[in-house]
Amino acid sequence: MRSRAFAIGLAGLALSAAAMSTVRAEEVVKIGLILPMTGQQATTGKQIAAAARLYMQLNGAVVAGKRIELIIKDDATVPDTTRRLAQELIVNDKVSFLAGFGITPSALAVAPLATQAKVPEIVMAAGTSIITEKSPFVVRTSFTLAQSSVIMADWAAKTGLKKAVTIVSDYGPGYDAEAAFKERFVRAGGQVVASLRVPLQAPDFAPFLQRAHDAAPDTIFVFVPSGQGAALIRQFVERGLDKAGIRLVSTGDVMDDDQLNGMGDAILGSISAHMYSAAHPSAVNKAFVAAFEQANHFRPNFMAVGGYDGMHLIYEALKKTKGSTDGAALIAAMKGMTWESPRGPISIDPDTRDIVQNIYVRKVERVNGELYNIEFETFPAVKDPVKAARM
Amino acid sequence: MLTVLFDGIAYGMLLFVLSAGLAVTLGVMNFVNLAHGAFAMAGGYVAVLLINRLGVPFFAALPLVFVATAAIGGVLERTLYVRVYAKSHLEQVLFTIGLVFMAVAAVDYTVGSGQVFLELPEMLKGQFHVLGAGIGKYRLAIIVLCGLITVALQYALARTRFGSRLRAAVDNPTVARGLGINVGRVFAVTFAVGSGLAGLGGALGAEIVGLDPVFPLKYMIYFLIVVTVGGTSSMTAPFAAAILLGLGDVAGKYYVPQLGAFVIYTMMIAVLIWRPQGLFARGATR
Repeated sequence: MRSRAFAIGLAGLALSAAAMSTVRAEEVVKIGLILPMTGQQATTGKQIAAAARLYMQLNGAVVAGKRIELIIKDDATVPDTTRRLAQELIVNDKVSFLAGFGITPSALAVAPLATQAKVPEIVMAAGTSIITEKSPFVVRTSFTLAQSSVIMADWAAKTGLKKAVTIVSDYGPGYDAEAAFKERFVRAGGQVVASLRVPLQAPDFAPFLQRAHDAAPDTIFVFVPSGQGAALIRQFVERGLDKAGIRLVSTGDVMDDDQLNGMGDAILGSISAHMYSAAHPSAVNKAFVAAFEQANHFRPNFMAVGGYDGMHLIYEALKKTKGSTDGAALIAAMKGMTWESPRGPISIDPDTRDIVQNIYVRKVERVNGELYNIEFETFPAVKDPVKAARM
Repeated sequence: MLTVLFDGIAYGMLLFVLSAGLAVTLGVMNFVNLAHGAFAMAGGYVAVLLINRLGVPFFAALPLVFVATAAIGGVLERTLYVRVYAKSHLEQVLFTIGLVFMAVAAVDYTVGSGQVFLELPEMLKGQFHVLGAGIGKYRLAIIVLCGLITVALQYALARTRFGSRLRAAVDNPTVARGLGINVGRVFAVTFAVGSGLAGLGGALGAEIVGLDPVFPLKYMIYFLIVVTVGGTSSMTAPFAAAILLGLGDVAGKYYVPQLGAFVIYTMMIAVLIWRPQGLFARGATR
């Protein structure tokens, strides 16, 4: 008799505990942030993690009645690891969002998982155009290489530069940058005399820069991912290319805010085209940079703003669905969203789920003793040219 | 063309200084030391500490780097390596690769994953123009320094008492012991010097090949290729092999950029098919 009562009491206790835990689980929305915190692209991970944490610090951890939990995982810039971590986050941690993805191969590796699990994949860093086409659950808040490259080609042609050599990293975004630049530059009457590709891992820029120098162009167009710019510029200067009268134009990944001060005076006057500069003169950006530098003691770069806006997208989508974590509903909520980001006005294109943003042409100048990319020309609401050309 | 030649020789000589220690431990002591790259990395980071943080002048820092890395090598040799000498090659490989992983993780944790740059003195920045080719000042300095080191090594091996003791210990350690040569001490000193050279190479190479925590894993293959192609029976063979490989790598990346990185492997395969014992080898010493 007593043991039966005891058993019923125990069962009741267990049931209520289970009910309580499921109730608590409903109130938490988990975001799986997979970033390269170590390895070659470690600076990307560092910037995005800092930006995501800053956003949560400034906007609170509760959205639409749900508590946001950020789970940061390190994929060490290895796409196989990214895929495994995404799998674990979906199955074990039951995340409602996957975010981050420091390089294109990482984002591509996870796309099939996003489709299968119906979990939105927020690409905060990777830049190849086709990523958003790999799954209906991919939304991008970073940039595409084509956006910056066509603007750079337009500007170069307009300035009267006629003979170019392109140097890009040998992977997806590199091919995009090379193709976009070449197509626009040739269309504007210029000539691309050589297209060189440097390895993505452990690149040795010296022979490629030498080859570019020997082709006697009047401009070299460069793309390397965030974090490799400093090594490239050092070699550029050591080879004497800056003194040979060759104009260096690049996408903003090379003139990375994170590394700019370490590059020295040799890059003063360098022109690049990109979607974000830490010196962007808007009130929103000034507040963002101030808060970021105070929390982290380093400057935010374009990767950080991609992470910051990705978090904003997640928060706003949850508010729109009133806290529902249904993947398809969240994606529908994200399409067409527009807001004022630290980089300028941005929106998510409802047809492609890709980002539409201003592209700025900037010049490196010294302001208050530090090197900054100062914007001098703005091209508003640039859609990804690769997908736009097909529509 | 001249610039490519010059760059290739500079790279080759750097490879030689980095690989000399490995040629000795592998060829002479018959010990598979895959952690050789970790000593090179250690030398690089010690140089960064001395030059960037403590403001020691570049040329003064180099001997300090050599001594520091040699000391690290000496200590590790006496405490850890000596226990693994008698074991099989597989166990030596496992042990040393474990050391590499520990070194990589330790550096990554303390210094961070990014590439670090040495602050070069002004006189080494930029280039001269000779015969229409750009001669980098830093690469010229490397050629001069590595050349001096090579000559010093050859002299030490051929003309000093220590050199003859080493050669005796290599040819027949049992007889050498019988003649009163302290073979253990000879090997310990050789290991320390080899590690010191690796450290010096790592410091010199920071500007050319880049320095980051995964350096030992990235460049281990190049050191092994130099030692394999060169054979391990003398100092001159790895030297020739290193120059050949340096030239091949730079020329390959310049003339055939699509295949650039594979030229060095193709050369290794070709040489080994032609001469399996290495370029100048007379046959295995052990």
